Amino acid sequence: MIALVAIVAVLLVIATAVQILKIAELRATESGKEIYEISAKQSKAQALLLMVFLVAYFGFFAWQVWKWGGLMLPVSASEHGVGVDELMNITLWFIIPVFIITHIFLFWFSYKYSFSETRKALFFSHSNKLEMFWTIIPSIALTVLILVGLSNWNKIMTPVASEQEHILIEVYGQQFSWTARYAGKDGKLGRASVEYIEGVNALGIDISDENAKDDKIVKGEFHLPKGVPVQFVFRSQDVMHSAYMPHFRAQMNVVPGLKTQFNFIPTITSEEMKKITNNENFEYILLCNKICGAAHYNMQMDIVVESKEDFEKWLAEQKEFSAE
Amino acid sequence: MSAHQHPHEEQDFLFKYVFSQDHKMISKQFLITGFIMGFIGLSMSTLFRLQLGFPGESFWIIDFLLGSWAENGVMLPDKYLALVTMHGTIMVFFLLTAGLSGTFSNLLIPLQIGARDMASGFLNMLSYWFFFVSSVIMLISLGVEGGAASAGWTIYPPLSALPQAIPGSGLGMTLWLVAMAIFIASSLLGSLNYIVTILNLRTKGMTMTRLPLTIWSFLITAIVGVISFPVLLAAALLLVFDRSFGTSFYLSDIYIGGQVLEHAGGSPILFEHLFWFLGHPEVYIVLLPALGITSEIVSTMSRKPIFGYRAMITSMLAIGFLSAIVWGHHMFVTGMNPFLGAVFTFTTLLIAIPSAVKVFNYITTLWKGNIKFSPAMLFSVGLVSTFISGGLTGLILGDSTLDINVHDTYFVVGHFHIVMGLSGIFGMIAGVYHWFPKIFGRMLNNNLGNVHFWITIVSAYGIFFPMHFLGLAGVPRRYYTNSEFPLFDNLFDINTLITWFAILAFFGQLIFFFNFVYSALRGPKAPQNPWKGNSLEWTTGVKHIHGNWPGEIPTVYRWPYDYSKLNDNGDYVTGEDFIPQTVPLADGEKDGGEH
Repeated sequence: MIALVAIVAVLLVIATAVQILKIAELRATESGKEIYEISAKQSKAQALLLMVFLVAYFGFFAWQVWKWGGLMLPVSASEHGVGVDELMNITLWFIIPVFIITHIFLFWFSYKYSFSETRKALFFSHSNKLEMFWTIIPSIALTVLILVGLSNWNKIMTPVASEQEHILIEVYGQQFSWTARYAGKDGKLGRASVEYIEGVNALGIDISDENAKDDKIVKGEFHLPKGVPVQFVFRSQDVMHSAYMPHFRAQMNVVPGLKTQFNFIPTITSEEMKKITNNENFEYILLCNKICGAAHYNMQMDIVVESKEDFEKWLAEQKEFSAE
Repeated sequence: MSAHQHPHEEQDFLFKYVFSQDHKMISKQFLITGFIMGFIGLSMSTLFRLQLGFPGESFWIIDFLLGSWAENGVMLPDKYLALVTMHGTIMVFFLLTAGLSGTFSNLLIPLQIGARDMASGFLNMLSYWFFFVSSVIMLISLGVEGGAASAGWTIYPPLSALPQAIPGSGLGMTLWLVAMAIFIASSLLGSLNYIVTILNLRTKGMTMTRLPLTIWSFLITAIVGVISFPVLLAAALLLVFDRSFGTSFYLSDIYIGGQVLEHAGGSPILFEHLFWFLGHPEVYIVLLPALGITSEIVSTMSRKPIFGYRAMITSMLAIGFLSAIVWGHHMFVTGMNPFLGAVFTFTTLLIAIPSAVKVFNYITTLWKGNIKFSPAMLFSVGLVSTFISGGLTGLILGDSTLDINVHDTYFVVGHFHIVMGLSGIFGMIAGVYHWFPKIFGRMLNNNLGNVHFWITIVSAYGIFFPMHFLGLAGVPRRYYTNSEFPLFDNLFDINTLITWFAILAFFGQLIFFFNFVYSALRGPKAPQNPWKGNSLEWTTGVKHIHGNWPGEIPTVYRWPYDYSKLNDNGDYVTGEDFIPQTVPLADGEKDGGEH
């Protein structure tokens, strides 16, 4: 029934539109002008609307920043993330002014030079000076962005040196859940492969491997110590996933058949972040950010950052793999 | 035996309208097929925006249109992904590649370079029919068991390879791959034809530096397409092998559905490299024709030569070249070697330079012009705006360090929809408004066109600008709903607002489709040169004839941008503010914008 009413309504709208068009054509023919000719007045009206749009566009931009700016991710909870945020700010300080200035020129010229019967357009086909100018200026700006970006990138992507104190964690992705495995006392993860998956051994750990005995497997949430480098390695059971930890400015794809890695140093504990965000229920989170199937939208794991002592206490409480 | 009695007439109809080898008819076929596909893609996005804006709420329209893909008026999670996948595929390939290039390369290349037709009319016809068959197969895949392909338009394996992983990776995915293989054949046939035609069939006097920028953009687009599309075909074929013949190009170490798969030694990253070797140039296969079209429109409607004609060509060549060596910026966080990430950051950010040159040249063309705001011109100004707004955020995504945190979030969705989707579609629509008189011999209604433009640009920014904020708040793309994370609870209003704008955008396009159909059938008859343009297509008659010009093909004496050229007395050289390319140079007059 609703479908029928909708169809009738659409037909009525079309019929009305056809009639309006016919009337407009008749009126145009009477005035001796073709309906498709654009008069100076009509052109000016559109140009004026463009100016209105410019103001509205900037207004919309400002409104969004005002209304939603506070909902963005809080300060970075990792050491390298501070550099990422700084680079983001530098880039924004470059692109927002360019956005505003070019838009002002674009719309202002459109308005100012709208058609008039009396004016002649300027035959101005090229200017080597101008073109050099706006080739060189962006080049300089980009050089700065590239250099700052790459120095950060190289630092972030360098794995934690093995002799340095660190925590080694394997994050294991499968449709549609995450599991974390800590390397245990020996600091080494036991060998694992899909070949060994059987029953409770859902991660496919090779039980004959000595390194595997003290590994600790946790689900639901995993903990990180504040101020200690964390080396992540990622492994997937089935399809591609992506381990995204937005508060730490950390992300790496989790690829079947390939070991990927990422590392960062957590700098703010969960409790501290609750105060910073003024939100008692705040939780750090690991979520899947690569389309992985029907329940992709709900593949998550909580992260708790705590002091080194609390972390060690928590880790000691976790069962070793050989005990399971 | 009636078929026997009128063999001639029937053949006429069949070969004039269906199996036509005339570039103008093929152009129309591409345009109409592209728009039908575009409308389907648009409708899909409106439907999944309903789910995102009002998650879990029941809509009769979803029940009505989606059938078994929905339950009680709510779409199913994996079918949401099918819709997203098909929306992306249809919009990127069927509307903005075949629809855009197929329409305007076919229409304008022979008309603007002064040729009777394409170099090979037969290949041109095949190009359309391959596209048509591909479209049909792609649409059929919507109705098969398991649903359409659901692994995202980038179809990364293993998700796209394993029906156990998502139902859409069954027959739906097979048909997707078949359709794309045929599509690529269509694209290659078209592109080769465009290149050969432009290089060989230019009329007397039409040197490369007298070509309109539209033609330059089509040429570079075709070359980029010929270089990159075969790689996607290879990627797709290898995926077919993995899916159907047990090879392991992309698959390794997989445990799914309670068993370990036999595949060993493959790498999904290989697929990503092959896919993006096309996937990134694809962005420019969409963008360059749009930029070429608007260059022509901005110059004509401003009554000024395009500023920096040679710089425009150089920047398009630079963009075309760079587009082939930046694909890795889609893969910064895939586990690709970080050193490669650094190289790709460098090449990617370089693209900003020719892009900036183009923007400044557009703006300078407007300066001291005498601008008539036709709907085509409004959409062209809109394109410059979207090209700036979307291009600038590319500096964030192209920077590997910043990409870590915004990769695959809504920030990306906002970025590429503005810079590629909107710019591409604005360029295409601008072209339709501008060359409608050349395509259908009738005029579109300007008032409806203006209304269409305003609804479109307002709703487009209303949809895609807020997505940047979602992305900066950490919201991943391709989520069926954001309601599973307390982290995103505050962002509900943003999604609702976006959906309202999406609904507005949908209805705005209906105005355009109405204007299009009505004007094609009943619109006022077009004059030969409605916009007072210089290029050769306006020297052909309104009524289409085979071979385009009844007598000799005109000779060309000058570049196409002699608008408002004055003589020493300060008067227009020819008495009017434009000098068609067929007018010989006066004594002492210099060509190509030399003073």
